[in-house]
Amino acid sequence: MEGGFAMGDYGAYVWSCYALTLVIVVFSDWRARLRHKRVYRDVEVRLKALEDRE
Amino acid sequence: MWKWFHQLASPPHFYRISAILSPWLAVPGLILIGYSAWQGLFVVPMDYQQGDAFRIIYVHVPSAYLSMMAYMIMATAGAIGLIWRIKLSHSVAAAAAPIGAAFTFLALCTGSIWGRPMWGTWWEWGDPRMMSELILLFLYFGYMALRSAIDDTAKADKASAVLALVGIVNVVIVHFSVEWWSSLHQGQTVFKKGTMDADMRVPLLLMILGFTLLFGSMLLRRIRTEVLYRERRTKWVREMILKSKGGA
Repeated sequence: MEGGFAMGDYGAYVWSCYALTLVIVVFSDWRARLRHKRVYRDVEVRLKALEDRE
Repeated sequence: MWKWFHQLASPPHFYRISAILSPWLAVPGLILIGYSAWQGLFVVPMDYQQGDAFRIIYVHVPSAYLSMMAYMIMATAGAIGLIWRIKLSHSVAAAAAPIGAAFTFLALCTGSIWGRPMWGTWWEWGDPRMMSELILLFLYFGYMALRSAIDDTAKADKASAVLALVGIVNVVIVHFSVEWWSSLHQGQTVFKKGTMDADMRVPLLLMILGFTLLFGSMLLRRIRTEVLYRERRTKWVREMILKSKGGA
């Protein structure tokens, strides 16, 4: 198994590519969730302000 | 069929449907990616020329493929929005851009990391595939910058759709660059017969399918946000939020 992780002399190249893929996919997804939460909260706040005014 | 499409293009309907559909794409996508990554890293035999470095193909090719697919979705949605004025299509275009940029960046980085041990260089400025892919990243950045620079959403939709359509030329160049010009980058391998053994090809195809499903899920989620933002002043959004708070 250790040999499998070492990937010959290319371990650093192979693993860094897989790690980078994971980081970018997770980051992109996290950003999308964060923006959705923000937009949703903004709409909620606007609605509450409207209700209070009414 | 057309009735179904027409219904799907309605923002409230799409908002509801996409919430249900998104996890149904993400879960099988993640399973396929996990399985293919395991196969690609530990099960598939190493390449006789490139050794274990070839295993980078399992993340590089799907991201490069999605970098182009996302652009085509963005440009097609923009064109549909321009021609038929379907509101949802501009949301699709706007949502596809950041995901496309992320996968283009990933394709460039993984390609560069793969290139170092194989070509002896991280980057070659004269290479047509690398340069056209870099231009694709700049097109995504330009598209997003243009959108955020124009306050009027309708104007931003139109201007960015035109930019996206012009940029299609570059996607064609990215795809055919390895055939038209001499490049450090290898020629097309995935869908060409006799270039790859089935043991190596099947996990790659599964990885591409997994990435595509995950991309679909990410796209749906971003479109939902875009729809919510654009429709924030409408009655259905108000009713939906009041209902979710138990106030309706």
